[in-house]
Amino acid sequence: MSETTTKPKTGWFHLMKPYFEDMKHSLYLWRRNKLAIVGSIIIAAFLFIAIFAPLLTPYKPDIQNLSEKLLAPSSQHPFGTDQFGRDILCRILYGSRIAIQIVLIVTIISGFIGISIGVTAGYFGGIIDEILMRITDMFLAFPRLVLAMAFAAMLGPNLTNMIIAISLVNWTPYARISRAEALRVKGQPYIESIRSMGASNFRIMFSHVLPMTISPVLVQLTLRMGTIIITAAGLGFLGLGAQPPSPEWGVMVSDGRSYLIDQWWVSTFPGLAIAIVVLGFNLLGDGIRDMMDPRLRR
Amino acid sequence: MNIWTYILKRLLLMILVLFGVACIVFFIAHVIPADPISAMLGGNAPDDVIKRVEAQLGYDQPLIIQFYNFISGAIVGDFGLSLRTNNPVMQDINNYFPATLELTIFAILISTILGIVLGVLSAVHRNKMIDHFSRIFSIIGVSMPVFWTGLLLLLLFYYRLDWLPAAGRLEFFTLPPDHITGMYLVDSLLTGNWEVFKDALRHIILPAFCLGFLATASIARTTRASMLDVLKQEYITTAKAKGLKKKVVINRHALRNSLIPTITIIGLTFGSLLEGAVLTETVFSWPGLGRYITQGLLFLDYNSVMGGTLYIAFVYSIANLVVDILYAVLDPRMRT
Repeated sequence: MSETTTKPKTGWFHLMKPYFEDMKHSLYLWRRNKLAIVGSIIIAAFLFIAIFAPLLTPYKPDIQNLSEKLLAPSSQHPFGTDQFGRDILCRILYGSRIAIQIVLIVTIISGFIGISIGVTAGYFGGIIDEILMRITDMFLAFPRLVLAMAFAAMLGPNLTNMIIAISLVNWTPYARISRAEALRVKGQPYIESIRSMGASNFRIMFSHVLPMTISPVLVQLTLRMGTIIITAAGLGFLGLGAQPPSPEWGVMVSDGRSYLIDQWWVSTFPGLAIAIVVLGFNLLGDGIRDMMDPRLRR
Repeated sequence: MNIWTYILKRLLLMILVLFGVACIVFFIAHVIPADPISAMLGGNAPDDVIKRVEAQLGYDQPLIIQFYNFISGAIVGDFGLSLRTNNPVMQDINNYFPATLELTIFAILISTILGIVLGVLSAVHRNKMIDHFSRIFSIIGVSMPVFWTGLLLLLLFYYRLDWLPAAGRLEFFTLPPDHITGMYLVDSLLTGNWEVFKDALRHIILPAFCLGFLATASIARTTRASMLDVLKQEYITTAKAKGLKKKVVINRHALRNSLIPTITIIGLTFGSLLEGAVLTETVFSWPGLGRYITQGLLFLDYNSVMGGTLYIAFVYSIANLVVDILYAVLDPRMRT
């Protein structure tokens, strides 16, 4: 009996065991964090809605039906209808597709810009670091929304340009964090030994420094997803983002402003959707940050 | 490092950064738009009109000359004429900025008071009802889009209850107070004009609360955390052991020391408030700089956009500089 247990195991399961243990521990921490669970459920529901939007509603988001305009919430239209007789619930469901598109694309683009600049600055140091960090400072010298507004307006207000604009102002925190991480990793002896084996700078940076810097950046990426949604909705609300008739949530809130007195539901429900999804991202982001925090992992 | 050397270094750095900021603004307004003049005038303006506007704006000159003109103008605060209002942009900024400043300062006041009270209460009554309430309030506070909060406040306090006015800084028939600072609350106080003061106060409450809501959350959380840290210290135990009343221990011994991180957070939120001000001003028709820039952007009024954006970046940088210097004064380890 004891012989079988002491026999060295060589299967893939054995090799991967530390990772599974780690994942199990993460799962345990996640289960203990009630708010993180709530956040995960909200985001899961958000993804589900975005994927299956057409199956969840009998209406179409952009078909007008003027005979049914500005109807109060009822069993037919749970969130009422807007000034063109479009079902608001339906538009919110379809709007989740736009929101998720914005979050994903902005996260990928700005994450890429931020990590490239940060790792390059941290790894090379010296004058390159100085120049790249001063450029970062210049972008940080604007209130983010104002800069995004200017980019969006000058590129021409529409959904694509809004995504570009938000990406262009959103990369700075990632750059700072990945720079700090790269600085830390760069001094480790194993980097020195790889260099002495003749690896090129590029190779060291991307195969050896980058993977070690990625996890705090990933935490930051999830933490900022809520902010991205809020910024996008703000631009839409100001008329500098997605344009009507797009069911983007900020645009919908803005649409309902003129009907606020008697038809409160036109603005209220899209705003509620933004708040709930952002809440979900914030709770989930906080949860992930806590799970990654080595002091709490013990 | 000597504190003065530090300040000097930060100032030089700020000048460099501001130059870069001007480059970004110039790039946004002059390089990105493929054909700014026809975008401004619409697709089929006659050629001679296009030529005239081009010459008027200096768009017919090479980019490098345009850049030189822009920078040399910006240094002395001359951004040209606004196409929308036909005033010099700097004059517009002088008219609109005090409104934004007043709104922001009032919002900071509200959120500081609310935030510190909530933070202290939730630290002292840790894990009790009030702590949970404050936590939920904070999480919701950072998740609600500021323009939506504004609309909800309008719906409740203006349309339903009719307690507070909805738009602008004063009633239509109220004359603004004599111009001293441009901030109506301060000006009316200085001139002793109580009617105007009351009117201005009624108008600022809703937008300032809306704007401060987000900051309240972060101030409350920071105060709570640092208060909890301080309450664990030995001198608090000593104070309690001496038999001092709980109120005295908290107000005299703990609160003061726990406020240093809070001050930092207040400084840092100034920036996010400037950002929120753009949206708040739009919702409440508050005639501030944020609204001026937004309308400039929608009308493609390039001069006002460049001037306004640069000015906001300037104010923002100054605010950050002040926070950094305060930091350095409070904590010598930061002066590296």
